[in-house]
Amino acid sequence: MYSPAFDYYRASSVADAQRLLAAHPGAKLIAGGHSLIPLLKLRLAAPSALIDIGRIRDLKQVKADEGGVRIGALTTHADIAASSLVRSTCRVLAEAAARIGDAAVRNRGTIGGSLAHADPGADLPTVLTALDARVVVEGAAGARTIAVDAFFQGLMTTALGASDLLTAVWVPALGSGRGAAYEKFAHPASRYAVIGAAAMVEARGGSCVRARVAVGGLVPKPTRLRSVESALEGKPLTADTVAKAVAGAAGDLGGDIIGDIFASADYRRAMVATYVQRAVAAAVERAG
Amino acid sequence: MSARIFGSAIRRREDPRLLTGTGTFTDDISLPGMVYAAMLRSPHAHARITRIDTTRAKSAPGVVAVFTGADTAGVLKPLPCAWLIPNSNLKVAEYPVIARDVVRYVGDVVAVVVAQSAYQAYDALEYIDVVYAPLAAVVNPQKAAAAGAPQVHDSAPGNQAFHWTVSGGDVDAAFKSAEVVVKDRIVQQRLIPTAMEPRAAVAQWTAATGELTLWNTTQNPHIVRFIGSIVTGVPEDQLRVIAPEVGGGFGSKIAQYPGEFIAVFAAMKLNRPVKWTETRSENFIATTHGRDHVQEVEMAGTRDGRITGVRAQVWAGMGAYLSAAAPGIPTILHGLMLCGPYQIPAVHEDVYGMYTNTTPVEAYRGAGRPEATYLLERLIDRFAHAIGKDPVEVRRANLIPPFTSGHTVATGLSYDSGNYAGALDKALAQVGYSALRQEQAALRKQGRYMGIGVSTYVEICGLGPSQVAGAVGFQGGLWESAIVRFHPSGKVNVFIGTKPHGQGEETTFAQIVASELGVDVNDVKVIHGDTDKTPMGWGTYGSRTTAVGGAALAMAVRKIKDKATALAAHLLEASVEDMDYADGKFFVKGAPAKVKTIQDIALMANVAWNMPAGMEAGLEASSFYDPPNFVYPFGAHVAVVEVEPSTGQIQLKRYVAVDDCGPQINPMIVEGQVHGGVVQGIGQALWEEAVYDDSGQLLTGSLMDYAIPRADVLPDIEVLSTVTPSPHHPLGVKGIGEAGTIASTCTVYNAVIDALRPLGVDALPMPMKPENVWHAVQAARKGA
Repeated sequence: MYSPAFDYYRASSVADAQRLLAAHPGAKLIAGGHSLIPLLKLRLAAPSALIDIGRIRDLKQVKADEGGVRIGALTTHADIAASSLVRSTCRVLAEAAARIGDAAVRNRGTIGGSLAHADPGADLPTVLTALDARVVVEGAAGARTIAVDAFFQGLMTTALGASDLLTAVWVPALGSGRGAAYEKFAHPASRYAVIGAAAMVEARGGSCVRARVAVGGLVPKPTRLRSVESALEGKPLTADTVAKAVAGAAGDLGGDIIGDIFASADYRRAMVATYVQRAVAAAVERAG
Repeated sequence: MSARIFGSAIRRREDPRLLTGTGTFTDDISLPGMVYAAMLRSPHAHARITRIDTTRAKSAPGVVAVFTGADTAGVLKPLPCAWLIPNSNLKVAEYPVIARDVVRYVGDVVAVVVAQSAYQAYDALEYIDVVYAPLAAVVNPQKAAAAGAPQVHDSAPGNQAFHWTVSGGDVDAAFKSAEVVVKDRIVQQRLIPTAMEPRAAVAQWTAATGELTLWNTTQNPHIVRFIGSIVTGVPEDQLRVIAPEVGGGFGSKIAQYPGEFIAVFAAMKLNRPVKWTETRSENFIATTHGRDHVQEVEMAGTRDGRITGVRAQVWAGMGAYLSAAAPGIPTILHGLMLCGPYQIPAVHEDVYGMYTNTTPVEAYRGAGRPEATYLLERLIDRFAHAIGKDPVEVRRANLIPPFTSGHTVATGLSYDSGNYAGALDKALAQVGYSALRQEQAALRKQGRYMGIGVSTYVEICGLGPSQVAGAVGFQGGLWESAIVRFHPSGKVNVFIGTKPHGQGEETTFAQIVASELGVDVNDVKVIHGDTDKTPMGWGTYGSRTTAVGGAALAMAVRKIKDKATALAAHLLEASVEDMDYADGKFFVKGAPAKVKTIQDIALMANVAWNMPAGMEAGLEASSFYDPPNFVYPFGAHVAVVEVEPSTGQIQLKRYVAVDDCGPQINPMIVEGQVHGGVVQGIGQALWEEAVYDDSGQLLTGSLMDYAIPRADVLPDIEVLSTVTPSPHHPLGVKGIGEAGTIASTCTVYNAVIDALRPLGVDALPMPMKPENVWHAVQAARKGA
């Protein structure tokens, strides 16, 4: 597996990366490389240059910030899985990170890379959608944050512009009364999600005051299941409520369901309610 | 020492270098002035080449040369088929090293670029312009037999490479008078061996002397030299083949491929060393695949559970060309095993070897035997269900009773020794069969679907008597060789003709020498894989390295012992008849205080100061061992699964393997072989599948799509054994490399069907991926 030739630049800072991006049209940013390198080796991508942001130390921090946790774009999946701060503020994210690919992928792959690449089978985009995270971006006009719902725009397409650098993800702390869970049907080869279902439930007095439910893997981009959410909100959080709410899960996805040789669209459509039900039920349990 | 080292679970001496990344594989070989070859491969499954233009590629940066079939034609001979099954109307279509007019599978070599770097070689492939006129393709072996199917080769009408039959007893009468007949249609899906190390070759030509050295990742370097001399024209005595560390083969490194001989051709043409290493993507499309049968099978029996006959028709996909050993796999290694471990009086099988527009098929761990065991075990469960009996009872009623020196079955084979019921009893005791059946009934009441699958198997390995090889059309011998050389210091080198590539014989063969001669196991070094250093041998496949090569070693060691005894007698001034031996020490019977150690003898033999009259100097012996029969390992496996009908997810909860490979030289290595084998068989049952679309494109061409088993989805495998020595092997040992794979696919399949039977599911396609299971459950519910 031999990639075509490319130029290589190592960015020393975010500003340096932006300067390099501006100077080399057609260049691609590389962090852990776990999505881009295979594309290069298969000769499915042939950027003129790679700008390596992998050694920008500022982008590797995980810290408490404004009632949540701010995770630097270069934080690896393994580091997220092991982070006590992540575990204490939004445990589901650490759990999902621990189930990505295999140990080698988790040791190299980064949260920023996963979001910027926006593979439909990726786990973190789905979980972050349910958690109502915000994506921090440095662009030509300075820093801005993008709500996760606006970030993912389609199959491997995001709100990132040509001069943008994804620098961090901010995730609100779950706190008491809120629970979240992720259920994954992993492809036996790629370990990508065939179906990934993430749910965040906020309960008060045994009733649901807020729910965010998202699925990935079977749709081009992380997709919220609005009918499931609204069927939960305002209702007592019983098994019956959950069962009734998830019945419409597939309906929220319309004709967008992806099929492949491992799992057809029809099969995924038939399965989605089951996985969503499990995620919601586990989130309800944790919202306790 | 000697009593304990045979049978001792010592650590593999191969592992430190492999685990620390210091082993030398073919791709690690780097020579001064070396250039790199890359193959342009056909993107079409079937097409006529109308034009090839290499002009642009030749002027690309770093390119040294570009070759096409026009350059190699007449210089490199076609790749020969080496297993010419007799009485089968065999049609061996020409297998050119580089395709000239027609490409016949996605991956067929069309051109070769040689460049200063591998990157430049792959870049330049994009500059070769090839114009193809696509032709209709056929990928399914049964469809290839249909009238009007696209023709892969003009020389093989109807795409039939061969039609082979095996018969024993009066099968028509058995079916005519049968009280019960069960039928099945089985698709043994195509598998991709996926060895960790892709194939590779480095060729170095010395024009001044006419010597050619070929480093090649292969299971059988001496065969590469033999076939290589035929294909390249380099005389065998000038051709040195070195198989350094080989990172797994599973059968895919038995055959010879275009790559190694193109490297030889380019090295001779350019007078520079040439390296070729396939990419992982090439490994998927251009290294041989395995299995690929469509089987229509039936079993006849009595209502009280006696099997009276088995009849089968098999369409075996061969791929676009006949790989070296391919015709022998669905025939000799499959059809002859149709009785399994059972007393089946009548069998008949027709095997149609079919050309298809797919990657050539070869041996894959088990090679033919899993396909036989699977069909029998699946039919027995079906038969048991039809007559309302427990599948274990039906097996027990039909097993061949224990025997120690020969049992002839209806296909004509004479099994060496067996105690099939013994293995079955042990497996059932380990798993707690009757308690499991009770648990299953209780769980069903809760709406949970647990299944228990059992299989009993016997396999044929330790290939095999050369006379039989000749009689069944194998174009080589199947003996093995060993040289044992004692150095003056008492240290030992063993040179073997086979080629271990992960099986651990550097360790186990040292254990054989140590146990027979009383030397320290660490004083024995085993050398293999270099045709200039080692004696001729036929290689590692068919679980034959210990079964045949180990026997050769034992015979050589015994020659050493005879000579050492005679020399010791001379030195102790006794007659040979009065000598005794224990733990590396020679002494006169009744006088164990005065000894000559094997080290004393080695020193004296090497300095030769005081030798008996007529005895040659040196302490070295060789043996060329041709076995009188195959060996027949056997066992019983049990799997426990739980299936979730609502999603189709299968959880493998327990796996018990009882295997009998005779006395075990190193139980830890046996256990490792069972683990690997079982897991590969489970892979076929649950995950692995090469999928082609109708146009012949491989859709599972990467590790992102083709699912090999991972440790985290497997239970601990409970490995047990029984010990039934082979009566004809000098150490009593049988093979163990393939046993696990042969038994496990059907064991897991039977467990899943057992779980789902209450829902009306009685068959599933493999792999039993969740969607397949879910569809079957849905269909059964609709039907009910």
